[in-house]
Amino acid sequence: MTELTKIETTLKDWESDQEVRWCPGCGDYAILKAVQRTLPQLGADPKNTVFVSGIGCSSRFPYYIESYGFHTIHGRAPAFATGIKMANPELDVWLVTGDGDGLSIGGNHLMHVLRRNLDVQIMLFNNEIYGLTKGQYSPTSREGTRTPSTPVGSVDHPTRPCAFALGSGARFVARGFDVSKKLPDVLKAAHAHKGAAFVEIFQNCIVYNKDVFNDFAAPKGAEDRQLWLEDGQPLLFAGGTKGLSLDREACCLTVVDVVDGDWQAAKVAVHDVRNRALAHMLVELPFGEFPMALGVLYDDPKPTFEEGVALEREMATKGKDTSFAKLLAKGQTWTVKGSETEPG
Amino acid sequence: MATIAPEKPAETRNPEAVVVRFAGDSGDGMQLTGGQFTLSTALAGNDLATFPDFPAEIRAPQGTLFGVSAFQINFGSREINTAGDAPDVLVAMNPAALKTNLDALKPGGLIIADTGEFSKRNLDKARYETNPIEDGSLAKWDVLAFDISALTIEAVKAYGLGNKDALRCKNMWTLGLALWMFDRDRQPIVDWLNAKFRTKPDIAGANIAALNAGHAYGETAELSGPLKKVHVDPLESEPGLYRTITGAEAVSLGLVAGAQLAGLHMFFGGYPITPASSILHHLARLKEFGITTFQAEDEIAAICAAIGASYAGQLGVTSSSGPGIALKGEAMGLAVMTELPLVIVNSQRGGPSTGLPTKTEQSDLYQAVYGRNGDAPLPVIAASSPADAFECAIEACRIAVQYMTPVILLTDGYIANAAEPWKVPDPETFAPFPVRFLTEKNNGEELLPYKRDEKGARPWIKPGTPGLMHRIGGIEKQVDTGHLDYSPANHQAMTDARKAKIDGIARDIAPQSVTLGQEGGKLAVVGWGSTFGPIRRAVDNCRKKGLDVSHIHFRHVWPMPANTGELLRKYERILVPEMNTGQFKTVLRDQFLVDARPYTKTSGQPFKIAELEAAIELALSSSGAE
Repeated sequence: MTELTKIETTLKDWESDQEVRWCPGCGDYAILKAVQRTLPQLGADPKNTVFVSGIGCSSRFPYYIESYGFHTIHGRAPAFATGIKMANPELDVWLVTGDGDGLSIGGNHLMHVLRRNLDVQIMLFNNEIYGLTKGQYSPTSREGTRTPSTPVGSVDHPTRPCAFALGSGARFVARGFDVSKKLPDVLKAAHAHKGAAFVEIFQNCIVYNKDVFNDFAAPKGAEDRQLWLEDGQPLLFAGGTKGLSLDREACCLTVVDVVDGDWQAAKVAVHDVRNRALAHMLVELPFGEFPMALGVLYDDPKPTFEEGVALEREMATKGKDTSFAKLLAKGQTWTVKGSETEPG
Repeated sequence: MATIAPEKPAETRNPEAVVVRFAGDSGDGMQLTGGQFTLSTALAGNDLATFPDFPAEIRAPQGTLFGVSAFQINFGSREINTAGDAPDVLVAMNPAALKTNLDALKPGGLIIADTGEFSKRNLDKARYETNPIEDGSLAKWDVLAFDISALTIEAVKAYGLGNKDALRCKNMWTLGLALWMFDRDRQPIVDWLNAKFRTKPDIAGANIAALNAGHAYGETAELSGPLKKVHVDPLESEPGLYRTITGAEAVSLGLVAGAQLAGLHMFFGGYPITPASSILHHLARLKEFGITTFQAEDEIAAICAAIGASYAGQLGVTSSSGPGIALKGEAMGLAVMTELPLVIVNSQRGGPSTGLPTKTEQSDLYQAVYGRNGDAPLPVIAASSPADAFECAIEACRIAVQYMTPVILLTDGYIANAAEPWKVPDPETFAPFPVRFLTEKNNGEELLPYKRDEKGARPWIKPGTPGLMHRIGGIEKQVDTGHLDYSPANHQAMTDARKAKIDGIARDIAPQSVTLGQEGGKLAVVGWGSTFGPIRRAVDNCRKKGLDVSHIHFRHVWPMPANTGELLRKYERILVPEMNTGQFKTVLRDQFLVDARPYTKTSGQPFKIAELEAAIELALSSSGAE
């Protein structure tokens, strides 16, 4: 997050004049509203805000936000954002990508923007499918997913976006889902983090992968299947009747029952957003056996790429002559005077 | 010392031009030797051209044929256009260097060979069954063969270096001998060695001792062998301050100049690739000139970051060679669609695929002109020499910002690595082309991001500007508003507008002139890029023989100047020499319906003057006309 003068806006101020073209009922609508609701709360300034996207359903996002927007090419949004941010670090840059755009064709760029720690918010809409190309399986589709390109089911193992991000060196990793009321809080935390902030947002593709996240996202029974993380708070779910405990011998988290709210007796672990080892365990938890860990999984800032670049520039230019004429005549020269030549 | 010297009368040699080739193992420091000899040549006031020719392997196994690195220089008291067809002197530091370079040597030329390296083992590696120095196979050349290795070790003895380090001074010994041979001052090289090894005075001292010993040896050798002191007079040139410059340096400096003239900071996105990396290296050291360099994760990210920087208001630049340019194709299309300025430098090398990474070719012209999906026209400029690359880079920046378009600047491996003397220009004489960003709505109360000016260019709008928020992207844009619009009439209108904008550049560049010769006649030899030198010299030679031939050389290869068709039609025949299979010939035929004939070469080596003279004579003969 860049230090900007906070300004007063409303949700309406962030709606562009463009007609939204997602399928009726698409989870993207909810995410768009959540972002438009969050931006005024951040005091964000439309003129200094840039939404950058790749290609795919999610990547239409910038057209619908009344700010600067750049809808680029497939998978490359992180690279464009890098150029934008390096050219003008004052801009508040949001990256919008999907599971295909960010993890398949653009996996390389996503990895590098995270390890460089460019100060941007990255929203990866994960719907586990290629929507805009009409429903092929994606790198996050579960094994056995039947699609036009995998008529008898996909055989490849899916990637976990948050594990990918953490493995790439991300210093902020969070999760939310499209219709969650807590999504704006996750986005605010991402914005407050200085550096690359990675947010995986589960998004319901109602046409090609309908309700694939209902196991944990459906309102009914959500308490039992969602674990909302809070820094300094115990890892509790199911109304506080269950928790996650650290099995030190097996070096993993296990589900434990909590009796009468005494989580300490049950040895439930306390969330620490700066604990990278804990974050690695949280992003790897298999859903089903465990609840879905949501909210801020990891948040431990370190210097950003653009700060490093600026510092390096300052050091490299200090005391240097900026005369272009002198630069042209640098190195070993000689002077021709009529028919004489002498070293310069 | 074994010498095989045909008896010759004593003569004072004072030739107009001399070609020398230094060849050795890639670890022998031949490029360094060549570079310093170039400097001393420039200081002697000669005109010159160089051709560094080195292997793709960083440290090829010692003594092998594929590990030979060579540096050729042509210098003279007249204008020098090429690195020379055939060397007069070949310095061969080992058998492999002799074997791979002997064919090029002029009959009667001089071979200087280090016998210390002509061991059985090295002869085997070079696939020599018998020692060529001893078996008489070199009879048609002068041979000066002696143990440079031993003499070097002897010369640097006082410095207590190990055998390996001592032998590394061999190239300075050889350079010392060359300096004696061509009557050169040693002091600038001594100064350079002292500066280079500032922190290692022993190494500096040993190298200087080797240089001096090689120089002193010249005197001895002259008495008993074929070695003669040669003096090449200086060329009368325009008074002023000079330096040598390579194409890579010239492109870098030209880009800096272009950004300054536009009043912009420059963002350079690059990814390591031969032979384009040197531009990244040069610019990375020039941060104080408002330049940000970014070594991206790949070629695609390099161009995308540059486009991002242009979008944010800097001058985005990226650079690569053919394979990398191929990867950048899609992003170039986005720059065409979003109409953002961008300079793309392609230092061409031999292709296809990885091809010949360290050799030169001009085979990316189709790629530059046509190589994108959709109708995605963009201007293409080609540098004709290392020094010309400076002006071309400025021109690329000017067109990019004035027309809001990506521009491709073509150089090649030869231009990038070769050096030539350059009269240092005065920046005060450059015409500035300051950029004006849009700061308020441009149609009353409405913002039209795609409203075009008289050049057909849209306004440049930086994020951060109050009240001008808008969205751009790769989907077809509506005329003026820039909103998404797939409608048939709109796509027609926008395709036409993009084409008209680029076509219009033809009227904004200098009319095509005749480089040498006259407007009209029997034959025009039409070239572009680094073939300038050999074509000019060949046409000059032919004209001196009385042939009706002229040289026309294009800087703007797309679009070409408005008078091009009219000019070409004034000649009966058109011959297009190119280091590809005839790409510019095709473009000329397509654009002007002229009967352009190809003369092509794809050996990874520049044209020889003699080859071109023969081609010109054939083209002028009746058989050439068919």
